[in-house]
Amino acid sequence: MKELNIENLRIAVDGQEIVRGLTLRVPRGEVHALMGPNGSGKSTLAKVLAGHPDYHVTAGKVLMDGENLLELEPDERARRGLFMAFQYPSEIPGVTIANFLRAAMQSRLPEGEELEATDYYAKLYEKIELLGMDRSFTSRAVNEGFSGGEKKRTEILQLAMLEPKYAVLDETDSGLDIDALKTVAHGVNSLRGPDLGILLITHYQRLLNYIIPDHVHVMVAGRIVRSGRKELALELEERGYDWARDGAIEPAFR
Amino acid sequence: MSLVIHQEEAAPILSGLAELRELPEWFRDRQRAAWKQFESLPNPTRKDQTWRFSNVGLLDLAKFKVGGTLTEEERDAILERSRGLDEVAGRMVFAGDQLIERDVISDQLKKRGVIFQSLERAMVEHADLFRKHFMSQPATLGSARFAALHQALVSSGTFLYVPHGVEIELPVEIFHWLNGENASVFPHLLLVTDELAKVTVIEHFCSLDPQSPGFACGVNDLVAGPGAKVTYVCAQNWAENVVALQMNTTTVDHDASAMSLNLHIGSRYSRFESLSRLSGEGGRSDLLAVAVAKHQQEFDARTLQDHISPHTASDLLYKNALDDRARTIFGGLIRVEPHAHFTDAYQKVRNLLLSDDAEANSMPGLEILADNVRCTHGATSGQIDEDELFYLHARGIPTKIAQRLIVTGFLDEAIQRLNHPAISSHLQRLIEEKFAA
Repeated sequence: MKELNIENLRIAVDGQEIVRGLTLRVPRGEVHALMGPNGSGKSTLAKVLAGHPDYHVTAGKVLMDGENLLELEPDERARRGLFMAFQYPSEIPGVTIANFLRAAMQSRLPEGEELEATDYYAKLYEKIELLGMDRSFTSRAVNEGFSGGEKKRTEILQLAMLEPKYAVLDETDSGLDIDALKTVAHGVNSLRGPDLGILLITHYQRLLNYIIPDHVHVMVAGRIVRSGRKELALELEERGYDWARDGAIEPAFR
Repeated sequence: MSLVIHQEEAAPILSGLAELRELPEWFRDRQRAAWKQFESLPNPTRKDQTWRFSNVGLLDLAKFKVGGTLTEEERDAILERSRGLDEVAGRMVFAGDQLIERDVISDQLKKRGVIFQSLERAMVEHADLFRKHFMSQPATLGSARFAALHQALVSSGTFLYVPHGVEIELPVEIFHWLNGENASVFPHLLLVTDELAKVTVIEHFCSLDPQSPGFACGVNDLVAGPGAKVTYVCAQNWAENVVALQMNTTTVDHDASAMSLNLHIGSRYSRFESLSRLSGEGGRSDLLAVAVAKHQQEFDARTLQDHISPHTASDLLYKNALDDRARTIFGGLIRVEPHAHFTDAYQKVRNLLLSDDAEANSMPGLEILADNVRCTHGATSGQIDEDELFYLHARGIPTKIAQRLIVTGFLDEAIQRLNHPAISSHLQRLIEEKFAA
């Protein structure tokens, strides 16, 4: 099955359960929005998918195209086709975007095979243009001294370059003004297609005006309380998370 | 059978001065006096403040020899491997302190009065300049004994004089090769710039055989005349069995600026003493160093930013990456002498520890005897940031390559300050090669 399949996932941090039995399927070619208030466990889920060492999965499983994702090291997951756009991307002093992405793409090639430099730069410059950035940007150190908008655009640039099978975008809209938001959304939209499944994690509905999701899921207190089509996001915006929680089929709190 | 280029009976360093060298008698007198001084000075011990933390046990010179032979094969191999920058203004290659190749500077520069020649020729042809600047400052950072040894045994080296207003755009390049088991070299660079002159020099220190133990004891006199701009780069890449000492003195006249970068890649133990004398108003000195220390390597840096005149500035940035059981030592003092008011002096040492067994020792110091002075200093040590590493992992980059990227990025801050892309990429390549080895 070509999908990212999260089944009854439970995650604990420092002994406290943050994600409490979450089930979600993102088939390739679709965009799923995962909405939820602060503390609902959205970002914890994103970090676990990427393989952050500080988070502990206590139950459940995650399959990527049928393969057990949780058994793989973070770098291995990325090479197999998972991408995570960070809410707060790290600064890597002294490492240029060009060199960083080159290392990332080189790591996807079989041993002994060298990345073709001319092709690489041609692709890099094409994607840079797509995101409305200047070529000189690629000589800057990764995220060092970047504005919020530059950081998020750099995340999407990486997404465009690495061509994953599944992308988890964690609060990609946070810290963006309207212009930056549109640029980022344009970048994401241009990457949509039958080969990419996107899980769009967001607190606010506004991003979904620019990236129209196929499905919307509402997460409260560690599990999904409602799922629906794109209209659900609007309804949620109008009625608030309390409505979503109250109407849940299962009680969110026990 | 291989042809012999030069043959000289190798003799133990400690057996004293050879009487064969064809150097001017006044210089030979200085060498004899220096040898006596060498013999009279005690070997350093760790109890000396200037040798605190140093592995002084490695300084036993008994096994090292001066002189030796060079075959045609060895010479060819050395010339073949003397690959530095693509474009240079002039070039000298020394093997065992013998000048084996020289690419002279352009006629145009010669006509304008630039002198680029061997030290022994300069002693004769430019005796006044030579005498005025050659080792004119006492070695005060701990290595007086080794400075004396250097003076006693120096037999060749580079003399570069850049006259008033002459700017040499391309770098001048010098190679020093160690060749043979327990061989020793005593490299010397005497660089004198006149008013408003500009020059960049890069020195490469290398060993022909990566296994051979050896000993290097070098001294550089770098003189930046009024308003001159001098850049000096040292790419130390001795074999991992070599014990090396280097003593550099930079004198910065009024409104001049000097920048130095020392890259430490090779050697078993390498000590680098940098004295920066800001002797004229408005002078500026930038001191940069980058070290990649692995295995049992020990890099021992001792510096003095000596502010003698008012309105002078100095900025030191030393970055060390340490792996395995490697050690680094930094002992650095900023001294602001009386009357050197309005001094700006900075000193920053950053150590990146890649292993629990690596050890970085830092002893920054300040001695301020003037008013209206801005000084900061600090030394920190840390490990690779886990979040940075995770970020690279999340892009598919395996741990080993991720670490290498983070380390080279960490070191790059100092390399970029040189603001010389050709030299920077050469230094980056040396660092990459060390990681790839």
